[in-house]
Amino acid sequence: MSSLDLMYQELIMDHARHPHGRGLAEDFDGESFQVNPTCGDRVQLRVHLAPPAGPGAAGEPVVARISWDGQGCSISAASASMMKDLAEGKTLSHVAQLGDAFGELMRSRGKGIDGAQADLLEDAISLEGVSRYPMRVKCALLGWMALKDAVAKAVVGDDSPAHIPEGI
Amino acid sequence: MTVSLAPTDQELAAIRADFPILGRRLITPAEEAFYQPSAPEGGGAKLVYLDSGATAQRPRVVLDAMRDFSENHNAAVHRGAHALASEATEAFEGARESIAAFVGAEAGELVFTSGATGAINLLTAALGAASTGRGQGLGRRFAILPGDRIVVTQAEHHSNLVPWQELAARTGAELAWLRVGADGRLRLDDLEGVINPRTRVMAFTHASNVTGAISDVAAITAAARRVGAFTVLDAAQTVPHQPVDLPALGVDFAAFSAHKMLGPNGIGGLYGRAELLEALPPGFTGGSMVEIVTMRDATFLPPPHRFEAGTQAVTQAIGWAAAVGYLSHLGMERIAAHEHELTVRLLDALATLEGVRVLGPAEAQDRLGAVAVDVAGVHAHDVGQYLDAQGIAIRVGHHCAQPIHRALGVQASTRASLALYNTADEIDRFVAALGEVRGYFGAAG
Ligand SMILES: Cc1ncc(COP(=O)(O)O)c(C=O)c1O
Repeated sequence: MSSLDLMYQELIMDHARHPHGRGLAEDFDGESFQVNPTCGDRVQLRVHLAPPAGPGAAGEPVVARISWDGQGCSISAASASMMKDLAEGKTLSHVAQLGDAFGELMRSRGKGIDGAQADLLEDAISLEGVSRYPMRVKCALLGWMALKDAVAKAVVGDDSPAHIPEGI
Repeated sequence: MTVSLAPTDQELAAIRADFPILGRRLITPAEEAFYQPSAPEGGGAKLVYLDSGATAQRPRVVLDAMRDFSENHNAAVHRGAHALASEATEAFEGARESIAAFVGAEAGELVFTSGATGAINLLTAALGAASTGRGQGLGRRFAILPGDRIVVTQAEHHSNLVPWQELAARTGAELAWLRVGADGRLRLDDLEGVINPRTRVMAFTHASNVTGAISDVAAITAAARRVGAFTVLDAAQTVPHQPVDLPALGVDFAAFSAHKMLGPNGIGGLYGRAELLEALPPGFTGGSMVEIVTMRDATFLPPPHRFEAGTQAVTQAIGWAAAVGYLSHLGMERIAAHEHELTVRLLDALATLEGVRVLGPAEAQDRLGAVAVDVAGVHAHDVGQYLDAQGIAIRVGHHCAQPIHRALGVQASTRASLALYNTADEIDRFVAALGEVRGYFGAAG
C-alpha cells in the first residue's frame, strides 16, 4: 500500500464522509473552539458530563456526550468522528489517557505506539499513517485539542460559549 | 507576426540547470524502505515545484555570492575602518544600489528590512512614531489622528493588513477597505466612496498572492492623491515576475521580499520616495542609525540608514543582489512572457476539469501565474496530499490571506504558483494529477 493509501484507508474515508457526533447539541457543560492556523480550519465542540454511572466508579464523572461541528479536511473530520466513538461514555481519567495515547501516536513519525496503548485507541489507530506527515498531525489533533479544552472547562464549571471570531 | 520573447526549450533547460534543487527527487516516507540510490533515476518522484509564490528557489550564483562573501569579505559594515570592513561595506552598499536600480529607484530610497512584512511593520512603526509627535516639524505630515482613515483592500496578504489594523488601533484611525468582486478583482467603482477626505494611507497589493489579479495601480494612486493620502504598495508578488518601476508607478512606499525573487530569506526592502524618507522619523531605533547619542536623546542618520537599526543581513543582501543580477540577465520582459504562456496553458487546462473552480480571474490578462483553485468535495489539505505523493509541491490553506478566501466563499484553497523555471510539462503533470483527485476521494460524479 502506498503511504497515500495508508493515510486514506477506507475506514478513515468512511468516517470522513459520515462523521459521528457532527451537529452541535443544544446544551453543554463545556465548549471549545479550535483553529488550525495553516488552513484556518475550525472545530467547535461541546461536551456534556454525567455523574458516575454504576457503583465502584469512584465518583468520577463520565463524558456523556460529545458533539461538534466544523470545517476541515477528511483527516480532521475522521479523527473527530473516531474520537467521539472512543471517548463518549468514558470517565474523565480514561479520556485523558486516550488523549495522551493519541498524541503519542501522532508524534510517532510512522513508528506507531506499543500494544497496550494501541489497543486503547481502537479504530483511531488507523490514523497512524498521518504521523508520517508532520504537517498533517495538527489536522488529526484538532478535535482532540477541542475535547481536552471543553472537558477542562466543564470540570471547573465554565459553561460559557467559546469565543468564535466572526466577520469578513 | 510577433515573435515570442519566451525562452526556447533549450534555454529553459539551461536555466533549470542553474537551480540545484530542481533536480531533486522526492521519496515519500512509505517508499523509504525500498529506496535504491543506485536506481537509474535515483528512484522517487521528480520534484514539480509550483510553490514559488510562497518562496522561490535559488540559482547557484546566489549561493556562490553568499559563500564568496562569507569566505573572503565578511566583516561588520559601517562600523570599522579595517580593510575587510571597507570591502564588506562596499559590497553591502553596492547590493543596495543594484537592487534599488532593479525597481527603478535610487539607492537612498531602498531600506533593507527583514522582508516585505518587516518593511510594512517598519513603515507602520514610523507612522506611529510620527503620530505621537516624533519627527518634529517635517514628520508632522505623517501624523495619523483619531478619526483619520486608513484604507486597505480585501485582497491583502495578512502582512499588508494586520500592521494597518494595529496602527489604526494605536492612533484611533478608522480602518476601511476596498472589496473584491466575484472575479477576485478589486472593485474600483467603490474607490471614491472608500477613500474619503480623511484618508491618510491607501495600502494595497500590486497583485494578489491568491488570485494573481494585478491591481490597477494608476487608478488607485490617483484616487489617493486626490485626498492627499500616502500610497503603500505591496509589491512582493509582482517584482519577481514582471518589470516593475516603482517611481514610475507613482506610489509613495512599497514593500518586497528577496526570497520570492530567487534570493535568500531574511531580507527584503522598503522603498520610499526620497523626499518622504527624508522627513519620516525612524520606526526602529538602536545602533547604526544614529549620529550623536547622549544619555538624554539622539540624532538620527539620513535615510536609508536611519531606518536600519542594528546589524543588517549583509550576506543576504549580497545574495539578493546576485539574484537581481540573474533576473536582469534573463530579462524581466522575457520572464513575464514565459510565465504568461504557462499561465494561459494552466488556466485553459483547468477550465476543462470538472469540479475545479479557479479563484480569481479566469483569463490570463492582468494576472500573474498564482492560480488558486477550489476542488468540489475535497478539502485543500487532501488535494495537497494527493499531489505531494507525486512530487508536486503546491500550497494549500489560506496562503496568509483569509479575508479574500472568505470573500470568495471558501475556507482554504490549493494554489499553484509559477516562476521562470517552470515548464509546460510541469503544468501538464499538475493538471493531470489534479484531475484525478476527485475520483480518488470519491467526490466525482
Ligand atoms: C502579496 C504578499 N505580500 C506580503 C508577503 C509577505 O512576505 P514576507 O513573508 O517575505 O515578509 C507575501 C508572501 O508571503 C505576499 O505574497
